[in-house]
Amino acid sequence: MTARERVAGTVANYVDERTGAAKWVKKNLTKVFPDHWSFLLGEIALYSFIILLLSGTFLTFWFDPSAREVIYDGSYAPLQGLHMSAAYESTLHISFEVRGGLLMRQIHHWSALIFMAAIVVHLMRVYFTGAFRKPREFNWIIGIGLLTLGIVEGFLGYSLPDDLLSGTGIRIAEAIIQAIPVVGSYLSYFAFGGAFPGEAFIPRIYTVHVLLLPGIFLALITVHLMLVWYQKHTQWPGPGRTEKNVVGYPLMPAYMAKAGGFFFIVFGVTAFLGAVASINPVWLYGPYNPGQVSAGSQPDWYMGWLDGLVRMSPPIETYWFGYTISWNILIPGLIVPGILFTGMALYPFIESWITGDKREHHLLDRPRNVPNRTALGVMSLTFMLVALINGGNDIIATTFELSINQVMWFSRIAIFVLPPIAFVITKRICLSLQRADRELVLHGRETGRLLMLPHGEFVEVHEPISPELAWKLTAHEQAPALALEDVDARGVRRAGGLKNKLRKRMSEANAESIAKPTVNDLKEIEHH
Amino acid sequence: MKKISILRRSAFASPLLLVVALFAIGTTFSVASATDKAELTVAQRSAQIAEGKQIFLKGCSSCHGLNLEGAAIAPSLIGVGAASVDFQVGTGRMPVADLSQQIARKEPIYNEAQTAALAAYVASTAPGPEIPTEAMLNFERDGNTAEGGTLFRTNCAMCHNFAGQGGALTQGKYAPSVMGVEPKHIYEAMITGPQAMPVFADKTITPAEKLSIIKWIKAAENEPQLGGAALGRVGPVTEGLLVWTLGLGLLIGVAVWLATKAR
Repeated sequence: MTARERVAGTVANYVDERTGAAKWVKKNLTKVFPDHWSFLLGEIALYSFIILLLSGTFLTFWFDPSAREVIYDGSYAPLQGLHMSAAYESTLHISFEVRGGLLMRQIHHWSALIFMAAIVVHLMRVYFTGAFRKPREFNWIIGIGLLTLGIVEGFLGYSLPDDLLSGTGIRIAEAIIQAIPVVGSYLSYFAFGGAFPGEAFIPRIYTVHVLLLPGIFLALITVHLMLVWYQKHTQWPGPGRTEKNVVGYPLMPAYMAKAGGFFFIVFGVTAFLGAVASINPVWLYGPYNPGQVSAGSQPDWYMGWLDGLVRMSPPIETYWFGYTISWNILIPGLIVPGILFTGMALYPFIESWITGDKREHHLLDRPRNVPNRTALGVMSLTFMLVALINGGNDIIATTFELSINQVMWFSRIAIFVLPPIAFVITKRICLSLQRADRELVLHGRETGRLLMLPHGEFVEVHEPISPELAWKLTAHEQAPALALEDVDARGVRRAGGLKNKLRKRMSEANAESIAKPTVNDLKEIEHH
Repeated sequence: MKKISILRRSAFASPLLLVVALFAIGTTFSVASATDKAELTVAQRSAQIAEGKQIFLKGCSSCHGLNLEGAAIAPSLIGVGAASVDFQVGTGRMPVADLSQQIARKEPIYNEAQTAALAAYVASTAPGPEIPTEAMLNFERDGNTAEGGTLFRTNCAMCHNFAGQGGALTQGKYAPSVMGVEPKHIYEAMITGPQAMPVFADKTITPAEKLSIIKWIKAAENEPQLGGAALGRVGPVTEGLLVWTLGLGLLIGVAVWLATKAR
């Protein structure tokens, strides 16, 4: 035993005798995680959150969340002598006078964009592979909660500097609050502490942005990770992988190194963006003034779809019983997002109701093997993408020399037409891929070598695929549709007929698939 | 020599010499600068108008009419003033190349002398806004950047974007970028309101305020890229695009690399 080992042993022993940590640490350091690049997408979000906490803390040292009016006297000449809020002035101060301040601001903002993008791709991974199925429904809902809160947190964050763009965004948020029937105007006065913009809003959203929401984030992320730890990570199907085991590498040393290294890479990429690319140049926007607005005012991308929906809605407004209802804002600003996010949160339960599958699942689905779910996902993404494109319709119009009216009308039609088309196409592609898989298992890999038979016929040589690949291509189960009878054994119509009919139809659509090859199929082929 | 010597020591010598010297410099300067902008004689002026008329008849009258009366395709030019002609022809918008939604800026077809002749001819038919002189356009001296920025954001940014990069209008029309536009042309655009742009009369925005706006535009034009690549200065759309392509592209690439098995 060297001196160093002796010292380390003594220290470890000292701690263990007082905490009893050795057993726990030993068990958890050897915990096994499966290895796949798509399992690292959530980590990008986690690391971005840490970067956000660090850079955000730095910014709070100088940011003054106050609507108090000051006269600018800083080093940015084109704004000198202008009246502005202390919030805006301190943001300029951070940008131009605090050492490293602009870099930190840009890192914070780029990191927020990466955080939200990483959440979305992580969500897509979980959705398309069926990782939300029992027992992970709660974690799915927490994830949807984090996505929703992330949108709110990001919006509040870029609203804080009180520049012209952020003020325009708050103005739209105020309009959406006011669009809530009956109570809208009261809620707006409640949120702003009076008429827009008022002096109360910036201090309030500051508290929410730096204290309340980050606290909720920390709690939810902790539960999110604890559940992953407790329920263990899902894995791709493969030889030796079952619903009862996890095949991969231990946390120590493999994942400690990988995850630790990945954190620094995420930090590096974020810092790189912060150093080379300008983001939210508030000094160019100017201080907020309700009388001003800029062409091409957009929200950050994660709000862009919402803006796009509002932009494409026709001007419908009704005046009933003394109340004005602005359907043009209420529907795209509140009702549609409400339906989308509620539907997303409830999806695991909806799918399990359709399939009747109440078992635990730890092996992932290949997206092609669940055509309906995959198609529904692509359909939703298409909807969001059309909305997002319309959110930037003015920039798209000027960049590609189009008419903004054309872009808007395209979006208005496409938002209804393209998602169903995307559904059908995706489902067909999935079934075709299943067919290709079946072909591969039955006839092997096409080698590209042509063989001329003695009687002159040309055939291509097929090589049998490896047993591992064959396992991968045939491991999934193909559950039949639910056998729901309209009448019970005595010929009496069952209660809830419409509901049952709907469930039956969806179950049938869900079960549509290309039969995977069986052992008998293979034997038959070999027989030929 | 003695007389000169006495005079030289006189108490009045220094102030007197100073006055003489200043007078000499002032006279020289005024003579020198006056030669730059010598007023055209009446004869030169009518020759210029005649030349302008010839150019007009050849290049413009097929749309604007032989007597500037206009037609279905083009507006009347009676009373549009020299400033309007100088803007439209000086920025190459006129003569028009294609009749799409909006007449775009391009390389001018007529040179400065021809443009001046055209402007003189159109102005000679009816009074209208005049071309601002060099002296009127001393925005470096008479403008205020911060005030110009506020005026720009209040009056111009809603179409031309917060940094003067331009923006979309309805039906394929657009507010062009104001970057790299000559101060004279910016001024003329404000007083004549070309195409979809409104007229900002001197009562709405005073000449001094117009110079402030020009000074702010020039400051924005020359502003270094303070935070790194400016991404077009069009707001969050390009930022979102960059994060989804370069940002996530790099990170997912690294994730794939990290999960690759060692060979």
